[in-house]
Amino acid sequence: MLSVKENTTVEFSLTLLDKFAETVARYPEGRQKSALLPILHLVQAEYGWLSVDAMDKVAAYLDIRPIEVYEVASFYTMFFLQPKGKYVLEICRTGPCCLVGAERMMQHIEDKLGVKEGEVTADGLFSWRGVECLAACGYAPVLQIGPEYTFYENLTEEKVDQLVDELKQKAQTK
Amino acid sequence: MADEKFKVTIDGIPVEVAPGTTILNAARQVGGDIVPPAMCYYSKLEGSGGKCRTCLVKVSKGSEKDPRPMPKLVASCRTTVMDGMEVQNITSPDVLEARKGVVEMLLINHPLDCPVCDQAGECKLQDLSYEHGVSQTRYEFKRRTFEPIDIGDNIKLHMNRCILCYRCVYVADQLTSKREHGIINRGDHAEISTFIENALDNDFIGNVIDVCPVGALTDRTFRFKSRVWFTKPVNAHRNCPTCSGKVTLWYKGEEVLRVTARKDEYNEVEAFICDTCRFETKKTADWVLEEPTSISKQSVIDANHYDVFNPPPVIKKNLQLQEANEEQLERTERLK
Amino acid sequence: MARKLLLAHIDVPGIHTFDVYRQNGGYRAVEKALRTMSPDEVVEEVKKSGLRGRGGAGFPTGMKWGFLAKPEGVPRYLVCNGDESEPGTFKDRFLMTHIPHALIEGMIVSSYALGANTSYIYIRGEMMPQIRIVEKAIAEAKAAGFLGKNILGTGYDLEIHVQPGGGAYICGEETALLESLEGERGNPRIKPPFPAVAGLYGCPTVVNNVESIAATVPIVNDGGEEYAKIGIERSTGTKLISASGNLVRPGVYEIEMGLPMEEFIYSDEYCGGIPNGKRLKAVVAGGSSVPILPTHLALKTANGEPRLMTYESLADGGFVTGTAMGSGGFIAFDEDQCIVRNTLNFTRFYHHESCGQCSPCREGTGWMEKVLHKIEYGYGDISDIDLLWDIQQKIDGHTICPLGDASAWPVASAIRHFRDEFEWHILHPEEAQTRNYGLVTEGVMSSE
Repeated sequence: MLSVKENTTVEFSLTLLDKFAETVARYPEGRQKSALLPILHLVQAEYGWLSVDAMDKVAAYLDIRPIEVYEVASFYTMFFLQPKGKYVLEICRTGPCCLVGAERMMQHIEDKLGVKEGEVTADGLFSWRGVECLAACGYAPVLQIGPEYTFYENLTEEKVDQLVDELKQKAQTK
Repeated sequence: MADEKFKVTIDGIPVEVAPGTTILNAARQVGGDIVPPAMCYYSKLEGSGGKCRTCLVKVSKGSEKDPRPMPKLVASCRTTVMDGMEVQNITSPDVLEARKGVVEMLLINHPLDCPVCDQAGECKLQDLSYEHGVSQTRYEFKRRTFEPIDIGDNIKLHMNRCILCYRCVYVADQLTSKREHGIINRGDHAEISTFIENALDNDFIGNVIDVCPVGALTDRTFRFKSRVWFTKPVNAHRNCPTCSGKVTLWYKGEEVLRVTARKDEYNEVEAFICDTCRFETKKTADWVLEEPTSISKQSVIDANHYDVFNPPPVIKKNLQLQEANEEQLERTERLK
Repeated sequence: MARKLLLAHIDVPGIHTFDVYRQNGGYRAVEKALRTMSPDEVVEEVKKSGLRGRGGAGFPTGMKWGFLAKPEGVPRYLVCNGDESEPGTFKDRFLMTHIPHALIEGMIVSSYALGANTSYIYIRGEMMPQIRIVEKAIAEAKAAGFLGKNILGTGYDLEIHVQPGGGAYICGEETALLESLEGERGNPRIKPPFPAVAGLYGCPTVVNNVESIAATVPIVNDGGEEYAKIGIERSTGTKLISASGNLVRPGVYEIEMGLPMEEFIYSDEYCGGIPNGKRLKAVVAGGSSVPILPTHLALKTANGEPRLMTYESLADGGFVTGTAMGSGGFIAFDEDQCIVRNTLNFTRFYHHESCGQCSPCREGTGWMEKVLHKIEYGYGDISDIDLLWDIQQKIDGHTICPLGDASAWPVASAIRHFRDEFEWHILHPEEAQTRNYGLVTEGVMSSE
């Protein structure tokens, strides 16, 4: 069993519920479970991760068992079942990226942020992790940042530094 | 067309079966050594099978119409027969080699804690390993481990022992209205779990214990009470409002240590039973005893075998029970 | 210059918008198919074209379409597989980013051919930017009357929806993709039944790769026979190749089938050779799953023929001296790359991506990773090489879906062609941590 450290309760906004309804309408009658992945993406974009309460409410919305949501959410790597930093740097660690320095770049990110893979920085701003092939091998090394999964290509140490500094600034000005 | 039959040959033995029959079930109609082992397939659970890969066989001739062999070994539990199909199971060295590989894979993360496992003696993985495995492991790494947990008052989950056959998930899906457990995570991190602390509590959920081929789901009311081969299985029934009430009682001395569904020679239950029968009805007085459960000669439980039903003294003392068990008692007398 | 069918207008500014795409001849195929051809005639053209599935398996698309069951009163579905995740492959991302209407146009033509009125494009969740682009393209096409009810007044109705994945390589397998589209875990289904009979929601379904669907546009426009004139043998048309690794100009190239691999690697029209004056050590020609080849076998077949970029030539020599076209993920390794390390990396990938449903893949991929890890980090034993060989054999062909095979082949081919490098790693554990074994020269198999 996963240790579920926190369970933040959520209340889906009307805007979010509208998006849910829009999603469900894409599938035939009675096939609303098809909306599960898109809806989990919407929820994660809103709250940064998927708490048990959020998943239970998605289950209720789609009229499925909560365990069906846990099963799915834990299968796919994009869904976070624990809180993460505001910005999660996901760097590709698969073969082609490694041929042109992804491992060096991962080390650099670890040094720059001062946290190990999967951990959150003290200010709550950053997490990072290695992920599998992002299908951008020709522009390697690459990283992405959710919830819109913006891509940063042909990474160098300087580019990583610049990106982290920009994100820090962005967080401060908000 | 209703009585149309397909001719199939399995390890050289011909058999005629109805269209739509799987290779495995065709082999079961023949019986004996040519029946492929099945760790995940369960005829009473829809959608089961195909996962463990122990039942792989070779199709050396596809059908009369298209005699080409199938390019890969196929899961006999999920492959339906064609007319004129020729199948090799134990006569194919490829199949035996592949099966040996599957058994090895199933064991690399298995704790091999048979000495402290309640399933020992009736464990399908144990049987499979004896038959197809090798005596020494080539796996030298740390095994995947989980803490044993109680899922509900009556069921213990030892995830370490699980082979991810999915049978228990199908039971919860198909026998109960509220599935609380499932498979979370993926790959070799996949586990049977409720994810959040949640007790499995449902009239029929105890059947997950019976369908589990290994000691991953065991009966907490029987836990560490006895090795199964020291217990004596007796078929019994009662008038149960929820289920068929047809069970096997596992006696040690006069005490019923556990109640299970009755199982056939392929270790499948004949009929699923309810949790009241399984967990809460453990007095002999509650049951009408029928006869000793037949146990395969290969089973270690048979080591303690007996042909004659020795009625527990409580029956002799209780007139009502004597009447209920009249037929059985007469037979016992005859056999003496 | 080689002919370009998919990327002909790629350099036109604004080609990602409907208007510019239309001005450059876009949506002609929809007009032609819907107004002048019956669905079966479209299928026939695709059959004639010889187009083979561009996702990896290379199965003839027209034949796949021909298998689609058509029971009365049951909807049929076209599902586009945009779950591009095979390491080394990024052509679909490229296509969707830069010329999304090529996909939408292909979707309309293909859906029409198959009689589908609702179609889905499943795009991996990590490609959120591409999902937005494709969604926008759908909205544009709809506004222009190419989607929705009664398209172009022909009476044909079609809605296209985009479905995001959740992060799982396995969903590139068509039945796992369908499971995922139904909101389930991406566990591949046990076949039969095949999707053509019982696919999405149990209905007849065709699942095609992004590039295959886009390729139906030139096929409809110019006719299948015209398409089939390009290429050699049963490798017809053009193919998008994703080039990565140690190349001067990595990127996506549209090639005519039959281009010699040597030309692809070294010519200035394509990858421009190996950077930093280094030599080529090995090639993975079709995505991480296909066998890796040392340079001498990559550039020439075992018979000494030039290796061409076709299904047949790449497969020449079987898995002993050949490889496969796969998804066209072309990865080049220079002389400083370590084969053991790369094999470990790929194997870790498959271990991470195994769905865990069937035992040989679930357990075997992790086992291979651990053994490779041990060798790479200097704790290997010579017998580990044979052990690895045995494990991959126990996985290959024994699993529910091709992920098992895909995990076995890179290990098998690395051992087959670079066994001495594995041995060197084991015999020189300390040295192996600091320097690379280097180039394997043709015919020389010394262990130093």
